[in-house]
Amino acid sequence: MSNYSLEQPKHQGEPGKIDFTQIRPYGDTLDDGKVQVSFTLPVPDDERGEEAARQVLAHMGLSNPSITCHQALDPQYTFFVGYGAFEAAIDYTQIKVQAVDVNVMSMEETNDFIREHFGRKLVVLGASTGTDAHTVGIDAIMNMKGYAGHYGLERYDMLEALNMGSQVENEEFIRKAVEINADVLLISQTVTQKDIHIKNISNLVELLEAEGLRDRFLLLIGGPRISHELAKELGCDAGFGPGKFADDVASFMVEELARRQELLQK
Amino acid sequence: MAKLQIDFDKVAAARTAAHNIAVETNEELASYSTETVERAIARLLGIDGINDQAVPLPNLVVESLKDAGVLEQGTAYWLARAAIDQGISAQAVAERVRDEELNWHNLGAVDDFQVQLWLQDEAEKSVGKIRANRLKRDALLNEYGDPSGALLYVIVATGNIYEDVIQAQAAARQGADVIAVIRTTGQSLLDYVPYGPTTEGFGGTMATQENFRLMRKALDEVAVETGHYTRLCNYCSGLCMPEIAVMGAFERLDVMLNDALYGILFRDINMKRTLIDQAFSRMINGAAGIIINTGEDNYLTTSDAFEEAHTVLASQFINEQFALEAGMPEELMGLGHAFEMDPALENSFLYELAQAQQARQIFPYAPLKYMPPTKYMTGNIFKGHIQDALFNAVTTITHQRIHLLGMMTEAIHTPFMSDRALSLENAQYIATAMKDLGDDIEFKPNGIAETRAAEVLSKSLELLKSIEQDGMFATLEAGKFAGIKRPIDGGKGLKGVFLKDQHYQNPFPELLTREEQEQAKAYAAKRQATRQ
Repeated sequence: MSNYSLEQPKHQGEPGKIDFTQIRPYGDTLDDGKVQVSFTLPVPDDERGEEAARQVLAHMGLSNPSITCHQALDPQYTFFVGYGAFEAAIDYTQIKVQAVDVNVMSMEETNDFIREHFGRKLVVLGASTGTDAHTVGIDAIMNMKGYAGHYGLERYDMLEALNMGSQVENEEFIRKAVEINADVLLISQTVTQKDIHIKNISNLVELLEAEGLRDRFLLLIGGPRISHELAKELGCDAGFGPGKFADDVASFMVEELARRQELLQK
Repeated sequence: MAKLQIDFDKVAAARTAAHNIAVETNEELASYSTETVERAIARLLGIDGINDQAVPLPNLVVESLKDAGVLEQGTAYWLARAAIDQGISAQAVAERVRDEELNWHNLGAVDDFQVQLWLQDEAEKSVGKIRANRLKRDALLNEYGDPSGALLYVIVATGNIYEDVIQAQAAARQGADVIAVIRTTGQSLLDYVPYGPTTEGFGGTMATQENFRLMRKALDEVAVETGHYTRLCNYCSGLCMPEIAVMGAFERLDVMLNDALYGILFRDINMKRTLIDQAFSRMINGAAGIIINTGEDNYLTTSDAFEEAHTVLASQFINEQFALEAGMPEELMGLGHAFEMDPALENSFLYELAQAQQARQIFPYAPLKYMPPTKYMTGNIFKGHIQDALFNAVTTITHQRIHLLGMMTEAIHTPFMSDRALSLENAQYIATAMKDLGDDIEFKPNGIAETRAAEVLSKSLELLKSIEQDGMFATLEAGKFAGIKRPIDGGKGLKGVFLKDQHYQNPFPELLTREEQEQAKAYAAKRQATRQ
């Protein structure tokens, strides 16, 4: 194989001894920095196209770039798979992220927690708001059945959970929240083309603030492109991305509401 | 062919129940029409264009009839009367409505016989245009050949029709048999159809007649180059089902999403509205020789695919009967189902295989539409590609016809051009490598697959019997499909439903049904020839 590189990686560490102040991608040897990349270029599939693809890798900062697959998708478009080594290093010890800080409880534990701290059912209103027609996310969190073995909020004895479904206008959503006196609002955003999810959530937060209702509800958002950091930036209380289930959401909401209740009592 | 032993007495009983459900529902709705049905009639009679506020002329005409309090006699009747009275075309009548130069109450008296004659003439012209498109498709398929296996179906969804065209042409050259242009999110709830070419959309592109035309032209160009006809698909669902069906018929679309219940369940459109709209839109689709795709697969994205499999089969029976009531030949019924079980479930592949095979045997002439995994696609593209491969295997083994290709980047973004190419490659590999596997294996009698299929059939028969007893409306109110409850007087679009006057006119159902019957006869001859 002509693309196989015998060259030793420059930063070879001792196996098992990871220096967390300088980490690199791991291929099959510590610090080899190997990454795989695939992409399409709007050029014909020939030697010139392949060289262009190699340069894309080089400009990404990958050393020893090699193209292992080039395939015409069309006379004018070519698909490439390439490998290279990421030479720079990341200081892992200096990284700080905003993650949802929560002790994840089971459904029973959450129910007990609510009984103990609130003595009443908490009311949760959920929807996929704006023009977003996808209910996969909100259903995974709220539906009785849940998702991947995690029961949804409707199954929790101590939660009164109402799922309004998709394409709910922000105004209508707020009206409903006031009507049922919700404690928690859950918004799911699946479509993110042209950042429509950001505009939509910003609009909701503005509406809540304009009506002086923002502090009345715990506002949580979720979706494939939502992070906790983004949620905070947009003025929400928490954000849940891929890999989060109903129990993550439920645990956060009850613990946060309890924390706020304690603050009030102090 | 690998055949499951199926209790066909139960199948017959399920069909009878579904038939009764469809007939009873249609009877209850027979005396109603809707505003979008009326707008579709206006479009069929040649009305097109918008005013300076971008309101489509069909909307202006129907709204003005409503404001004048005369819509109950039908748009067809009034257009005929105005056209005769003023000696102009229907389009010119619409333009006078737009310019506020026409008062429906000031039209001169016109002989009823003349109205009939005008309507008959104009309707024949319009249906003739639809027939010509159908014959053109037949001729092209004849010339280029129609693939006998599964039709590989991929989507484009850039939001910009011109970008869609580039992606669609690339996919067509890679061997796609069907290109679906996904609609922008939210269009299903618009009570009008936007106009002209569009370049802004979210998660998809506006369905407009001009966009249909541009894409048709682009795919026809590739066909000349590759000698392969690529079918074009769009969506009839939402608040404008029959209008979009007319646009599809005029621009030679080949496949259209059209489900009797989808709008009710997933878009919260009023049930009367959707059921009336689907009936007329299916006649139009049928006359145009357009294959409809039903949306049963969606049930499984909200409910569990293992536990709720019987609701899919029950809905297929219901969709089949509604389509038959609308005059459609079975060869145009792309009944939907999906490969959506949790991959962690033991033997999930075998259960999926059993259900897909059973659907194939119960609906032998229907070009079944089989949907890929979406619910359990996670962003792990490598695993996703394998999930799609298993789905492709079931498609090939059980001879599904419309094969919606899964994308390994499902759950991440609208497909990259390369995602689509890899997906086509995956499907083509499996279709070739497993080509005759299904015909070469047998199912173990009373094995896991047969037991599973029998269980799904029994449960769906039970469900159909209970719907037959309670009626369609009460069933939807009780939330028996996809666990979603819909009240009879709730949902969007109810105010567009109205009671027809006893003199109500619509010349189209008769002519459209005639076109469908013609095709049904040809299909029957084909079936006969295959049997011999």
